Amino acid sequence: MMEHAGEKTVAMQLRPASSSASLVRTTISTLGKDLRLEWRSKDALNAMLFFALLVVVIFSFAFEPTAEEARRITGGLVWVAFLFSSTMALNQSWARELRHQSLDAFRISGAPADALFLGKAIGNFIFVALLEAIVAPLFVVFFNLTIAQGAGALLWVFVLGTWALVVNGAFFAALSLRTRSRELMLPLLLFPISIPALLAMVSATSAILTGEDSPTLGLQFLAVYDIVFTTVCLSLFETVLHAE
Amino acid sequence: MSSGLAFSRMNNKLVFFSALVLMLLVYGFRQAIFIAPTELTMGNIQRIFYYHVPSAFVAFTCFFANLIASLWYLKSRRLSADAWALATAEVGVIFCTIVLVTGPLWARPVWGIWWTWDARLTSTLLLWLIYVSYLLLRRFSTSGQTPVLAAVLAIFGSVDVVFVYMSIRWFRTQHPQPVMGPGGGGLDPRMGYALLANFIAFAAYGALLVTLRRNLELRRQRIEERHAMGALAGASR
Repeated sequence: MMEHAGEKTVAMQLRPASSSASLVRTTISTLGKDLRLEWRSKDALNAMLFFALLVVVIFSFAFEPTAEEARRITGGLVWVAFLFSSTMALNQSWARELRHQSLDAFRISGAPADALFLGKAIGNFIFVALLEAIVAPLFVVFFNLTIAQGAGALLWVFVLGTWALVVNGAFFAALSLRTRSRELMLPLLLFPISIPALLAMVSATSAILTGEDSPTLGLQFLAVYDIVFTTVCLSLFETVLHAE
Repeated sequence: MSSGLAFSRMNNKLVFFSALVLMLLVYGFRQAIFIAPTELTMGNIQRIFYYHVPSAFVAFTCFFANLIASLWYLKSRRLSADAWALATAEVGVIFCTIVLVTGPLWARPVWGIWWTWDARLTSTLLLWLIYVSYLLLRRFSTSGQTPVLAAVLAIFGSVDVVFVYMSIRWFRTQHPQPVMGPGGGGLDPRMGYALLANFIAFAAYGALLVTLRRNLELRRQRIEERHAMGALAGASR
């Protein structure tokens, strides 16, 4: 009897530590699985890359900007291109979980729901960041840009901006899973919510490219946006996962 | 039997309320169009103001009520809370549409432009966009999950509105700021009275529409429930 009670207290003491360890472990294994799947098929990356390339070419045909104009409008064009192409990866990543009912299996497994969400969000962050690393130089080439200064700040804009798109994107893609014609639904839900973040990204990027303004306000705004929406996503994800 | 009686009693109350709303709207119309004096610089176009401002009030109240109903639903999981959420969102979108249409109609002759990207206008537009996507989500989701998903989106939307307002103030300031028409204190008392009459009339009208829509949704939920029960009974037989 005494031994039993002793075991119980040990178990209770261990639970918080072990649950946060299992959060990290499940996040890493979900992330690892997604990366491995993507590495083998390269479906999302190929589709996104080609789509973004098309957008760059179409924009440069449609606008034919002079060097001065290009510096002003590129901030907007870059982020519109990335916003559109990121929806492709986001739709793909959850659709995978529906095959063989793996999402249902996850739901009854008792693994922390937040881990699944974080795994997806980080995975998509990596895909979209890869895309940006490849396509951003193309913008520089096609629009004849010179990034004289502020490359470090630009990197921060990309990191914070991509997370802002991807965290809400992963959430709304999971939410769209529960609707008819889900691929259609994601942009309809994600774009209105992302508009303030998009404004901040565009303003910070343009500020750096034109060198007329400081990007600090945009960066601060993005940081707050990221923190608030990551919190909201994490606190509501379990509700969406178990919505029946 | 008793529930049928309750329904008819509720309907009597609603008929009385509808008649009251109609009278209020007629009275407000008379005050706004015939009694209130014509504004000196803007002329008759200023009378849009008596519809624009009360509509905005109803729309924002509806969206706020939608947030409350959504939180209430997530907490209690009661379908009646979801009926309120649906009704307030739909009526809110309608009144917000009125605001967005009457605004440019007034702005074109007075400011000389249809639209400007200032914080208030743009926030209203984005709020409208968010709630249209809310209604689309409700339309596209399967019925058992609609309330939860919609409530979650409503919370996202309300958090987003704060960011929308700040982002436009900070990143869109290079655009010309509109100057409000009648400055502080210059309002004729009859104008103020006409505005007040329409405020009350529109608030009552909005409340009536929300109540009717909620009742409709409650009935739809009840029918769906009966169908489900019927299917269960059929299956067990």
